[in-house]
Amino acid sequence: MKIKFMEAKDTQPSATSSRSTRLLGFCLALGIPVLVLFAFVFSPKDDTMDDAVRLLYIHVPVAIFSYIAFGITAMGSIMYLWKQSRWWDTTAHASAEIGVIFCGLTLVTGSIWGRPTWNTWWEWGDVRLVTTLVMFLMFIGYLALRQVPASPHVRAKRAAIVGIIGTINIPIVNRSVEWWENSTLHQQSSLTDGNLEDLTLFTWFLGTLIMGIAYVWLMIHRFRVGWLSSEHEALGYGAAIEERKAEADSLTGPKTETSQEGESQ
Amino acid sequence: MEFRDAWSIACKDLRIELRSRILTNQIAPYTLLIVVLFGFALDADTQTLRDTGPGLFWVAVLLIALLAIQRAVKIEDDDAARERMLLTPVHSSSVFFGKAIALFIQLFALEVLLFFVMLALFDLSVEDPLLICLSAILATIGVASSGTLYGVIAAGVGVRETLLPILLLPVLAPIAIGATRTFGDAFGRVDADGWAWLGLLSVFAVVYTVLGMLAYGQLVEDA
Repeated sequence: MKIKFMEAKDTQPSATSSRSTRLLGFCLALGIPVLVLFAFVFSPKDDTMDDAVRLLYIHVPVAIFSYIAFGITAMGSIMYLWKQSRWWDTTAHASAEIGVIFCGLTLVTGSIWGRPTWNTWWEWGDVRLVTTLVMFLMFIGYLALRQVPASPHVRAKRAAIVGIIGTINIPIVNRSVEWWENSTLHQQSSLTDGNLEDLTLFTWFLGTLIMGIAYVWLMIHRFRVGWLSSEHEALGYGAAIEERKAEADSLTGPKTETSQEGESQ
Repeated sequence: MEFRDAWSIACKDLRIELRSRILTNQIAPYTLLIVVLFGFALDADTQTLRDTGPGLFWVAVLLIALLAIQRAVKIEDDDAARERMLLTPVHSSSVFFGKAIALFIQLFALEVLLFFVMLALFDLSVEDPLLICLSAILATIGVASSGTLYGVIAAGVGVRETLLPILLLPVLAPIAIGATRTFGDAFGRVDADGWAWLGLLSVFAVVYTVLGMLAYGQLVEDA
């Protein structure tokens, strides 16, 4: 399979970007300062959370997209086990890496938000916090497994099964507030409760849009890096040896048939 | 899946363990050592040990489970035993089930030993023995099933000793949380509804067993 971004003139891709990813990157570069302006300047303080509410414009969107990222990893894993396609394996891997970054950001921003709101950085009694941390650690393990040397098919199959099991944890994380309401400090979803309105609601949607663009942009680039990496792995040492031979030939000139015969005699 | 095949494989694993005596001569003393070290680490304060006893119990179980799982994987690595077992007309789900049963029996025996040692050393009193028994059985099913599955994922990998804890411990964390809460309730140490947490342990035991039976066959051929 040949994909468009690889069709460079000298067959060596110099970048993973294309016109569409540059456009996405431009939107992201423009969107982040706009989000910062809305979050810190235009949107009002919250009656109960005060200025800490501004952190939720990042915290909630990254949490949502970490769930989506891990969901895509699970889908890629299931599809790999079904179709045995490298495309799905690369998708699952790329999404897991971005999911880990987003999940880490969720934990960090949540912890910073918790300090003024709950008067603690971390609450062990909160099921959602603990299960999100567990989910984060599970996918750290997933990424560690992907680094273990093995044939591409074996590595992909093992990772697919670990990815599916890791994702089974997501519904438990997401619905934990409802399941174990007595053992959490987390409030119910502000969006579904109708606590957010006007500019606050707009800023929240803007944050979600920007994080969505960030996810898609990172995903495309990471996928392309992963694809090139697997292409390189597939070519193996043979191609590297040929390359070195060609380099040597360009310096000393190719060996002629007569000289090779002479060497063999 | 044939239960008779599974039981044969479980008996084979248990027979190897009985003959090698690694469980009795190495892992069981290690279990006792963990309890003693907890005593030192918590400043030999009996009240603290009583309060943290349920959690310490399950941390110790997870540590000895890692050793037992590594052992179970090594049995199959030696002399290409796994490849030979694959040549037999036994379904992969029976192999998984057999290995999980063997692991369950070993872990449960160690948990019984650990339980009575902790009762004596930490001066714990049991308020609800039925809750203790049920939660120990369900949690051990979850640990044995997921351990058997993740054991085969890490099998044949050069970095198995370090990879297995990274992969397995986060998966076992929900079981550890649920089992700690049920034990805490059964010991009268925490204000939690142990029976509700027992439901969580049942879900994990079923989910990990079903996933293991489905996925083991996919993995064991490449291990």
